[in-house]
Amino acid sequence: MWDYSDKVQEHFFSPRNAGAVQDANAVGDIGSLSCGDALRLTLKVDPASEVILEAGFQTFGCGSAIASSSALTEIIKGMTLDQALLVSNQDIADYLDGLPPEKMHCSVMGREALQAAVANYRGEEWKDDHEEGAMVCKCFAVDSKLVENTIRSNNLTTVEEVVNYTKAGGGCSACHEGVEEILTRVLAESGQTFAPGSAATAPAPARGKLTNLERIRRIENVIESIRPNLKRDHGDVELVDVDGKNVYVNMKGACVGCQMASVTLEGIQERIVEDLGEFVRVLPVAAKRLNG
Amino acid sequence: MTTLTQGIYFDNNATTMVAPEVVAAMLPYFTEQFGNPSSIHQFGNRVGVAIKQARAQVQALLGAEHDSEIVFTSCGTESDSTAILSAIRTQPERREIITTVVEHPAILALCEQLEKEGYTIHRLPVDGKGRLDLHAYQALLSERVAIVSVMWANNETGTLFPVEEMAELAKSAGVLFHTDAVQAVGKLPIDLKRTAIDMLSLSGHKLHAPKGIGVLYLRRNTRFRPLLRGGHQERGRRAGTENSAAIIALGKACEMALEHLEQEQTQVRTLRDRLEQGILAAVPNSFVTGDPDNRLPNTSNIAFEYIEGESILLLLNKLGIAASSGSACTSGSLEPSHVMRAMGIPYTAAHGTTRFSLSRYNTLDEVERVIAAIPPIVAQLRKLSPYWGENGPVENPEQAFAPAYS
Repeated sequence: MWDYSDKVQEHFFSPRNAGAVQDANAVGDIGSLSCGDALRLTLKVDPASEVILEAGFQTFGCGSAIASSSALTEIIKGMTLDQALLVSNQDIADYLDGLPPEKMHCSVMGREALQAAVANYRGEEWKDDHEEGAMVCKCFAVDSKLVENTIRSNNLTTVEEVVNYTKAGGGCSACHEGVEEILTRVLAESGQTFAPGSAATAPAPARGKLTNLERIRRIENVIESIRPNLKRDHGDVELVDVDGKNVYVNMKGACVGCQMASVTLEGIQERIVEDLGEFVRVLPVAAKRLNG
Repeated sequence: MTTLTQGIYFDNNATTMVAPEVVAAMLPYFTEQFGNPSSIHQFGNRVGVAIKQARAQVQALLGAEHDSEIVFTSCGTESDSTAILSAIRTQPERREIITTVVEHPAILALCEQLEKEGYTIHRLPVDGKGRLDLHAYQALLSERVAIVSVMWANNETGTLFPVEEMAELAKSAGVLFHTDAVQAVGKLPIDLKRTAIDMLSLSGHKLHAPKGIGVLYLRRNTRFRPLLRGGHQERGRRAGTENSAAIIALGKACEMALEHLEQEQTQVRTLRDRLEQGILAAVPNSFVTGDPDNRLPNTSNIAFEYIEGESILLLLNKLGIAASSGSACTSGSLEPSHVMRAMGIPYTAAHGTTRFSLSRYNTLDEVERVIAAIPPIVAQLRKLSPYWGENGPVENPEQAFAPAYS
């Protein structure tokens, strides 16, 4: 069973604004029948102010698709079209207290339906450029199409590069076999061979005892190197304190309340442990207050 | 079942409740009889005797000629992998494998991997009812084929394949035959000594034994290479200290399955048929998938058109009813079940397929409660569906709702 938040369940069991709006003047159809997701968003927009007076949805889809549709209609009612267009899929997920990574595409579908409906109202053609493949990395919800395209456009050749560019494989590392397969396939297109190197993990950089300052600097450097990845998803992390084996960090932005936060912390911890060659524990700063 | 658990459990093809008698039989082997059966002392010896009895109980259910043909493994997947990998290791010059498009991932994923390693995999297609074309199968049999692996009963639809006939055909072509019988064992009479089946996989937790125990049936004189090498357990064919409590549990479960085999064909079948008729009569635009005339007695797979399976399951779950679905969303993949796609079930229906799988612990009262629960759930979800109008599907649903990408 999926780990759905109470809010997702509540919006699924009692969806708001279900059904088509009568006299709608904006309609957005989105989805893929093969994926089992299809959403029609109907809006009644006040022509003078462009305020969304009414919003209704019809969804063929799973629990989170229905909950995301319901959340979307609640969020945008009363907004102007321009305000509504600023609603991101992350806003929809946040409104629902988060979605499982495999289900984030449900929130993307909501945002796209909204764009399609606005385009429909304004008499524009809305074209979707988004192509979705099978889920590769479950930790960071990265699909195969994104990995393939990123490998192609950046000429990536190693798993490590794929991790750095897409985050796929940056968590539990269970998908590295899948990432290697994609690399093998994509590199073969241009006549290259994927060279995986040794199966053993890179030896921990052994070194003499670090001074306290050196140690903190290294931890700082690791965290700095991870921040761009988090920022891409509107999140961030800062180093607060180092107390013996405990490294306290502050999760910011979209990382707050994200279901993936603990996975992210684990990922940061793994990188620091690797770099220092000693075990440390990465903890949210809230834990320090409790301990202190 | 209601006496033991809360709710209605109609998901017995996923896993089953361990029978209370089975639990009672296995419990002493954790504490009083904890010995290693390989040990010479009394602690080990008594366990060894009990395992011998369990092996005989499995042998009886399968109708195997010798008890040494029963190899205990950890699960159905291990049995499947052992069978196929053994076949290709003993016959390195044979580079082809025949299977079907509707096998369990335990077979399909392994075959995909072997394909990457250079093997040719022939995946037999199925028709709209999930049936195979035996002429096409026969044409593929050759001395290049290392093994045929075909499931006895499909886990999603319950559709049966004619494995006994297919095994004979393989035998006359000199090709090894394996069947994944995880869903069939305990639900159908099986008499392996009268067949040409060389290897068969079964899984304990599908027949009221615990998880973590399986069997590979290996016909005597079949050339074999073990998957796990090490100690001499299972006559060197599956090294690793015996999971004795689970083996004894499986033995007991097999004994009980044999006793209740007729009940599966009569009582369970009657319940399943009542459930199916009740639902189909109450819900428009629903139909049975697979081959209704030739399937497991406990399984009914019903497609509810224009709605999605995970939503159905969540609403059923709220009422304490457990079933499963072939929709993409329940598995986290993007495509609906490979079995539904192989049968050509349209996407509008494939995503709404719901599997009800019963056991001898289910009752008529449960069946009636599920029949009553389904129609309002389907109606509620269809009300939300862009493919559904006031009283039926919108006209030309595929055209009326044409999303921006597909």
